Amino acid sequence: MIPAPFEYKRASSAAEAISLISQHGDEAKFLAGGHSLIPLMKLRLAQPTVLVDIGRVKDLSYVKDAGDHVAIGALTRHMDVEKSPVLKQHVPLLAHAASHVGDSQVRHRGTIGGSIAHADPASDLPATTLALGATYVVQGPNGKREIAAKDFFKGFLESALAADEMLVEIKVPKMNGAGWSFQKFNRRAQDWAIVGVAAWRNSGSSGVALVNMGSTPVLASSVSKALSSGASIEDAAALAADDADPQGDLNASVEYRQHLARVLVRRALEAASK
Amino acid sequence: MKITIAINGRQESHEVEPRTLLVHYIREHAKLTGTNIGCDTSSCGACTVHLDGEAVKSCTILAAQADGGTVTTIEGLAKNGEMHPMQKAFMENHGLQCGYCTPGMVMAAIGLLNENPNPTEDDVRLGLEGNLCRCTGYHNIVKSVLAAAKK
Repeated sequence: MIPAPFEYKRASSAAEAISLISQHGDEAKFLAGGHSLIPLMKLRLAQPTVLVDIGRVKDLSYVKDAGDHVAIGALTRHMDVEKSPVLKQHVPLLAHAASHVGDSQVRHRGTIGGSIAHADPASDLPATTLALGATYVVQGPNGKREIAAKDFFKGFLESALAADEMLVEIKVPKMNGAGWSFQKFNRRAQDWAIVGVAAWRNSGSSGVALVNMGSTPVLASSVSKALSSGASIEDAAALAADDADPQGDLNASVEYRQHLARVLVRRALEAASK
Repeated sequence: MKITIAINGRQESHEVEPRTLLVHYIREHAKLTGTNIGCDTSSCGACTVHLDGEAVKSCTILAAQADGGTVTTIEGLAKNGEMHPMQKAFMENHGLQCGYCTPGMVMAAIGLLNENPNPTEDDVRLGLEGNLCRCTGYHNIVKSVLAAAKK
């Protein structure tokens, strides 16, 4: 399979990329690692007429300790997120979740920013950064703005990014020693999660987000609320599907997904509470 | 557009459409057909090559993205008529049956050892999750990679 024809533009900086995309409107797409976009283009599920390749914008590949949070350049590859000593120390949940994306070949090419901007509810990192209360920094023709992860995901493959805006950085609060767990249920290695859970917990608060439990990544607020008012793990996990609106598909019915969410959230909270 | 990629030490410059995938560039323009196309959906790993030293799936990369880069394919492994230790290990341990997945499997396995020279059996099984073999049940492939790691 070969994608439908398109015009190819290469950007060497974020500003150049935004200027190129602004000239071409809705029909243009950014190409980062391409590991979400190219498969969609091969299947004709996406047919952009212009691709702006941002893969060579090297100054957007970094992981930096920024005091109370870790700043990650949008073009940092999954493999570099997985192996980052800064993330392993301060945001181990994210480093671990990155090691579950696809397989090693995919992780050599796919980027954290590409995965988040693609806004696939079945992807691991949108939900993980949502659970962690991340903030996304986006850049447009008139400068930068910040969007909280909880306000970013608008629908299936739809985000709060304007057509001429580019995700440039992900700011993730440090976990400060909180317990955590990442649960991914699938039937074959390297598959997307049928249901996944990213969770962290410390003495006072928690964050739980669900993978593939609706048209967007889902923050399981009911679970965190129950925990903070003193509910047991079992009682809190029973609410895991309450904020979700999952679809049935070939892999799982709606009921099966809801059941999986409750089981996996319970397991995640048990692991995070040790 | 004009693309130049160093493939197995040789500069390959060709005029291609932007939508040309790296695997087609390797097979149809550089005429190196050792790299196979399997699933074509970045699942099976048959098309695995090394791009700038790392194992990647060449069916999911545009040739334009690899422009100016360095690629090694299965044909680039043997030196002076002598097989690469990983190729030898696959031969000695019967790490293949039909052979279709083998070029990608060997490239992925070399990439794995580059990143983790002393893997456990579990490391090998997990590290090769991006490569599917429908014949061997993986047992002898894992054995081959562990044998190559010892050399």
